[in-house]
This record gives sequence, C-alpha cells and structure tokens, in this order.
Amino acid sequence: MIRDITLGQYYPGNSWIHKLDPRIKIMATLLYIVALFVVKDFSGFIVAFAALEAVIILSKVPRSFIWRGLKPVILIIAFTLLINIFMIKGEVLVQFGIFHITKEGLLTAAFMGIRLVLLIIGSTMLTLTTRPIGLTDGIEALLSPFKKIGLPAHELAMMMTIALRFIPTLLEETDKIMKAQQARGADFESGNIMRRAKALVPILVPLFISAFRIAQDLAMAMEARCYGGNLKRTRMNAMKLEKRDLAAGLLFLVFLALIVLQRILM
Amino acid sequence: MSIEVKNLTHVYSEGLPHESIAIDDVSFTIGDGEFVGIIGHTGSGKSTLLQHLNGLLKPKAGQIIIDGVDITDSKTSMLEIRKKVGLVFQYPEYQLFEETVARDVAFGPSNLGLSAEEISNVVRKSIELVGLDYDEIKNASPFELSGGQKRRVAMAGVLAMKPEVLVLDEPTAGLNPKAHADILDMVDGIHRSENNIIILVSHNMNDVARMCDRVLVMDHGRLVMNGTPAEIFTREKELKEMGLALPDALDITLRLREAGMDISENCLTVQQAADAIASRLK
Repeated sequence: MIRDITLGQYYPGNSWIHKLDPRIKIMATLLYIVALFVVKDFSGFIVAFAALEAVIILSKVPRSFIWRGLKPVILIIAFTLLINIFMIKGEVLVQFGIFHITKEGLLTAAFMGIRLVLLIIGSTMLTLTTRPIGLTDGIEALLSPFKKIGLPAHELAMMMTIALRFIPTLLEETDKIMKAQQARGADFESGNIMRRAKALVPILVPLFISAFRIAQDLAMAMEARCYGGNLKRTRMNAMKLEKRDLAAGLLFLVFLALIVLQRILM
Repeated sequence: MSIEVKNLTHVYSEGLPHESIAIDDVSFTIGDGEFVGIIGHTGSGKSTLLQHLNGLLKPKAGQIIIDGVDITDSKTSMLEIRKKVGLVFQYPEYQLFEETVARDVAFGPSNLGLSAEEISNVVRKSIELVGLDYDEIKNASPFELSGGQKRRVAMAGVLAMKPEVLVLDEPTAGLNPKAHADILDMVDGIHRSENNIIILVSHNMNDVARMCDRVLVMDHGRLVMNGTPAEIFTREKELKEMGLALPDALDITLRLREAGMDISENCLTVQQAADAIASRLK
C-alpha cells in the first residue's frame, strides 16, 4: 500500500524524454506551470493538453501509472472545485437554502480543475522521467549562477539529493516497523480518528529513532570520506547538451509562443 | 498443530517493469513440535516466505493452512493468526517504542484484548522466559538497554502473545559471540519448555546444523531442498553453487577425509567432530 505513492517517483525507462538533459526538463516544467497561469480561456488549455499528451506518449510511461500519481491529490482538486462552484457570484442556475450554483461558478470550477490536473500531471512527468540524482544535479546547475550572491547552491542540492535518496529507505523502514507492530497485533485500519492517531505512536517513535540513526551513520560515512561541501567538485556524469536537448528546447519555445499568441489574440 | 504450505507464489511489484517473483511455487509441511531451519542466499525469498506465515503478506497463488485454518482466506481473522504465529523480525529491537520495558512487552497481549491481570502475568512470564530479571528491568526505558538486552525485550514482546509457532528471522544478526550463544540457548530453552514449532532463518550453518530437526533450502524463490541437517549438508557441491557454506564441523571432517584420515561419519556439531577425530588419534 505504502509503495503505491507515485508522486515524485521515477519510472525507469529509456525513452526520448527520459534521455533529455534534466536542466531542459526542469526549465520546461517551470515554464509549463507559468504557461498554465498565462492561459485565460479553455482554448489555451487545448494547446497545453496537446503538449502534455505528446510528452506522455513520447515518454512511454503507462497511463495507469500517471493516473495513480493523481489519486492522492483528488481530494484537493475536489475541494477546490466545490469552493469555486459555491462561492462565485453571478447568474444563478440553481438555488437551495443559502447555497447557490452560478454559471460563472461552474465555469471557473471547470477551469481551475483542468489547470490543477494539468499542473500536477505536468510536474509528475518531470519526476517520472528524471532520476532523482539528475533532478538535483539539474537544480544545482540552474542555481549556480546565484552562488555569486551567496546562495549555497551545492549545499541545497546535496540536501535535496539526500532527502530524495532516503525517501525509499524511510518508506521501507516504515513498512518494516508497521509489519513488526502488526505481528504484535497492532491494528491501523479500524476505529475512530482518535484511535487511529494513537495507533500511529508505535510506528512513529521507532521511525524517528531510525531516521536519526540513519542520519548519524550517513554523516559519519561522509566525513570518513572527507566530504567537504562546496569544494570544486567534478562530476562522474557531467551534463552535456545534445542535439535532442536543443530540439526539445525549440519545440518548447514553439509551445510557449502558441500560448502567448493565444492569450494576445483571444 | 501443523503448518501446511501449498504451491505458494508471491510476486513483488506486479505489473511494473521491476516486477520480481519472490516465491515460486513453494510447498512443504511442518509437524507438531518441529524445529525447522530455513537457509538460503540473501534475496532467496526467506523473509518473504516468513511474512506469509502470519498473514502480513498475501500470496498471489497458493494456500497456507495452519492448524486446519486457511490463513490466505480473506475471512480468517488476522488477530487469531497473529496470536498463533509469533514473528520476530530481523533486528526486532527497532520496533521498541514504549517508555518502559514492561509496557512495551504488554503491547501485544493488550492488542489481543486480555485482561489487565492476565497481561501483567504474561509480561512477567515472558520477560523471565528471555532470561531477564523482571523486577530489575520492568521500569527501565527500552532505549537505555544494551543491544543484547534490547533484542531479548523485543522477543519477549512477541512471546507475550503466547504463539504456538515461533518464527525467528536471523535472531542473532549483529550480536557479539556471547549474546549470540545466549540468544540461541534461550530459543532452545523455549522450544523445550513450550514444545512449540520453531522456524529459524539463519546464515549460520553451525547453528542450523546443531539445533534444527529439519532444514529447508531456498534458492531464487524456490524450495530446492527439504530434509534433515545430515541429508542437506552432505550435498556439499549443490550448496556451494548456491553460495551457501557447510557447518565448520562437517567442513573439517570432509577435509580430513580428503587428506587421508579414516573418518566415515559426517559430523554436524563440533562435539561430534572432536569425538571422531579423538577416536582416530588414540
């Protein structure tokens, strides 16, 4: 059950999208999110949707996998939809008691819903097709110009790498502890909310202890190998822009131009 | 009391690119009061198999029948199974969480819904069963104990549920030689006094050869051998191909035989080997 969380997970593959330079993918994802907020009507979403669709097809990630990543945020989307439907004033379509549904409310809700879904799937595609290490290397490279004004780019990237690296370790640890407590008859699935919260104590205490132990061991191991933070470190796999990265960049610029044109023309 | 495993198959990450078959069509039975060892290389499916025995994992196919009850049936009460089959994980001390030893050991029995009086009896009994002094240790924090003591407390936490089958996944991993011997003596003592089924996973062939009535050998998710220690450990070549070693006593006996000494018996324990060698040297 705990392994089913796909948000932020990598889907191993060897597609064109997988092979793109992480820097290009990160920039494209950021700009894609910005583009989603530039769009002001539904026709713009058609362009954004088509672009995302193309990425999904090229990446060869199964749709069921992408869909699973969307599941945990469905509640947030539903909540946003409801708020929009009921809170926006305008031409009243249905009214019951103090609640009323307006035409504007429905339109805004649909608009926000599509935007959210595209936003989540768009950013999921980045993590699904980029190894965590590639992701942090990319972030470090993109942040390094800011080193001049004192931003600890390497340290930030290192912290992210470690955090990402240890997500599966901690999930595994959680799984182990849950099983050990279940073997002692613990029940996490029934009872009211207070009981369930109390049932978490036997998991959280050992998990915290494990997390601190792992952190200590890691720090010790890094020091033993003379890790020195932001020295002039070189990389085993240096990032290099290839032809396909340029092609992807160009294609993405075309997409951005379409979005901006659509905004100006409509 | 018996355990019957029929055509058990388990697949991890089914339908994903990293899908792997952890257990492949495994069948065996374990009779009342047996002490069974499971050996196999890392990743051979031992731990996955153990987790099926008390319903923590559900198989893709196959059945596990414990005491006449099919535990793979979704209608079977999980609490009943966990009361019957006590599973001690590797490094069980990582499951400790309570403020005092007594309260931690009481976690299992209180989940079973026993009365306060029964719980305090069973807690005292199981702490004594693992060789600790109840009055001395009951109010200590489990986190300030030594490694060996922590492990005993964690094992007491499982024993407190009075399991009829005790499953131990490498109970001596990471312990010093003294604590290692103490824990195994304790397990032996429990087996004698409670006369329950014990299933022991271990990488230490000396322990397996000395303690177990029967040995199961796992390789790549399949059960490849099932027999008495004497039967299993004489298949030296096959074991070595699977990356498994022989018990030291048998290893030295075989080498002496190869070197020309007239030893015909296959010694499994150090005592047997010592006796055999001494008799030839007289």
